[in-house]
Amino acid sequence: MALRHVGLAATLSLALGLASPALAATEIQWWHAMTGANNDVIVKLAEEFNAAQTDYKVVPSYKGSYPDTMNAGIAAFRAGNAPHIIQVFEVGTATMMAATGAVKPVYKLMADTGEPFDSKAYLPAITGYYSTSKGEMLSFPFNSSSMVMWINKDALKKADIAEIPKTWPQVFEDAKKLKAAGYATCGFSTAWVTWANLEQLSAWHNVPLASKANGLDGFDTKLEFNGPLQIKHLEKLIELQKDKTYDYSGRTNSGEGRFTAGECPIFLTSSGFFGNVKAQAKFDWTNAPMPYYPDAAGAPQNSIIGGASLWVMGGKTPAEYKGVAKFLSFLSDTDRQVAIHKASGYLPITKAAYAKAQEEGFYITAPYLETPLKELTNKPPTENSRGLRLGNMVQLRDIWAEEIESALAGKKTAKDALDTAVTRGNAMLRQFERTVSK
Amino acid sequence: MQKQSVFHSPLLPFLLIAPQVGIVLVFFYWPALQAVWQSFLLQDAFGLSTTFVAFENYAELLQQPEYFNAIVRTFAFSALIAGSSLSFALLLAVMADKPLRGVGLYRTLLIWPYAVAPAVAGVLWMFMLHPSLGVLARGLRNMGLDWNPLLNGNHAVILVVLAAAWKQISYNFLFFLAGLQSIPKSVLEAAAIDGAGPMRRFWTVTFPLLTPTIFFLIVVNIVYAFFDTFGIIDAMTGGGPAKSTETLVYKVYLDGLLGGNLGSSAAQSVLLMVIVIGLTAIQFRYVERKVTY
Repeated sequence: MALRHVGLAATLSLALGLASPALAATEIQWWHAMTGANNDVIVKLAEEFNAAQTDYKVVPSYKGSYPDTMNAGIAAFRAGNAPHIIQVFEVGTATMMAATGAVKPVYKLMADTGEPFDSKAYLPAITGYYSTSKGEMLSFPFNSSSMVMWINKDALKKADIAEIPKTWPQVFEDAKKLKAAGYATCGFSTAWVTWANLEQLSAWHNVPLASKANGLDGFDTKLEFNGPLQIKHLEKLIELQKDKTYDYSGRTNSGEGRFTAGECPIFLTSSGFFGNVKAQAKFDWTNAPMPYYPDAAGAPQNSIIGGASLWVMGGKTPAEYKGVAKFLSFLSDTDRQVAIHKASGYLPITKAAYAKAQEEGFYITAPYLETPLKELTNKPPTENSRGLRLGNMVQLRDIWAEEIESALAGKKTAKDALDTAVTRGNAMLRQFERTVSK
Repeated sequence: MQKQSVFHSPLLPFLLIAPQVGIVLVFFYWPALQAVWQSFLLQDAFGLSTTFVAFENYAELLQQPEYFNAIVRTFAFSALIAGSSLSFALLLAVMADKPLRGVGLYRTLLIWPYAVAPAVAGVLWMFMLHPSLGVLARGLRNMGLDWNPLLNGNHAVILVVLAAAWKQISYNFLFFLAGLQSIPKSVLEAAAIDGAGPMRRFWTVTFPLLTPTIFFLIVVNIVYAFFDTFGIIDAMTGGGPAKSTETLVYKVYLDGLLGGNLGSSAAQSVLLMVIVIGLTAIQFRYVERKVTY
């Protein structure tokens, strides 16, 4: 009912808006979580958009970390003054999507405002994460990355390793050699322990993390990552943790400094780590696709993305929506996408932008920026590799990480830890399902 | 001996306490009631769908073994933090109470850490004891100790207790020092003349006379350990590894803000409130009897 009123008010204001052209520029609030160089990218985008036309004014404001920004948006919505656009990290997708009425799906926004929009122009490996199973785009991918393996080439040389490892067994062997060559506290490691060792591992080997296409097909999804592959992988990590051939680096990316400081010569983390590596690493470095188990059928499949997307909030006026739609079109422009890609290291989201960067020969000088794109487009995505949509994902990750930590500390076996992680996670998923289905 | 003031207008006393009552109403009772109400609801993060579930959130909570673990853990934390910071502060205060050269400087330096925000204290200790960055951690490793608070729960607990207790020492020190200085010198001198040594003087004269201060500080320190360690835990461990530093108040935050489970989070804060009210009541009822004012 409330929605219908909004609709009526909207029609009225649209009619009025058509009758008398807006006097002042319509403000569009954009809440985001970007700091440093990436904040500059956001400010520059807003400035360019505001300079290019006079009807709308995009006002970006920084709201803290990813969880902080999302919580600020939720609190603002509850208080009735949500921003127009909010940047939400990929794991918040299910929560945002379940909030029917609180958000306006991008495909609907584009149709309602009559803004030209072709969902096929976007890279499916990226937009798939933020679309319904029918391919309707719910949120607009903004900064996307994927997980890659960062390599300290000087260290490899020191340990007489000729080639960058491609498979997990090779990584384990090389890590042992590296340890013997002086990298005593860490042969290899990963940031984002669950993203690396459960989520990406499962997608990369085409095994399910959860049922219903990892939750994309419904909130009644169940976790399934206690399969043989994941158990085998965790067992190996437990074994190697004992002598620090592998050494745990925490749940988030706070351990990334171990790579740039030269402590861990092989380190799996986001491709978005590029900026820091470039600025801080005092050795010869590169990155490579994530390793895989050669005995797994069909591996490697394709990786899944990380990063964040832009959600359009509900309950705004048509004039404001028109401005938001124009801004999203502005962001999709090929040259602009290429520019964002080069400046931030985040992935281009349109096929045209990727093609243009290739044509320009950008990846000849910066091959490490193409690695995540190669991973994402390695094979057409399957049910297991299109993306993830699990409610309460932030807390789910914490539960999984807790169990992995117990296993790595030697308190549980790999199987026991993953079984418990699945059971505890499922309880949380049911809780989420109850709150959304009502 | 007591002077009694009489208000001539019956309205005046109420007017005088009105601002204070108003503040308490707005900043305590109102949110507390809201929390109680929220704890009976099942609601999504955006507040779009709300169902009244009565005591279901509580029932679910009390079925979780993790919740009981968190209670036990929180009590253990507050005992460790209050115990270590009180005893260290008392020791330092007794030392600083002596006539020393440069005592003013010594005291100021000891009070300084109180000005440090909890999160900053957390980051500070983390820098010293981080397994790959920390100076102290490197030293510990060189001594052959596999210091790793990222995986070893006990190490993480030590880390948090260290930072939390360190930060509270200044506060306790200040109160102990004031307490010590208010002890009449004549009593101590009389004890000395009677032949009591310094240790004996401390335990039989100073300590009993300090009990009001100690009692007050125990209450304050436990409340501090329950609530104000949030910033330190958030900055240092985020409740990990494997929940080993997840206290009740941190769990409220995790479930409510990160998990979007507002009902359970509200139920937890109501229970937390009950626990703290209960604790304080017990302390006043029983411990206070042993206090010599």
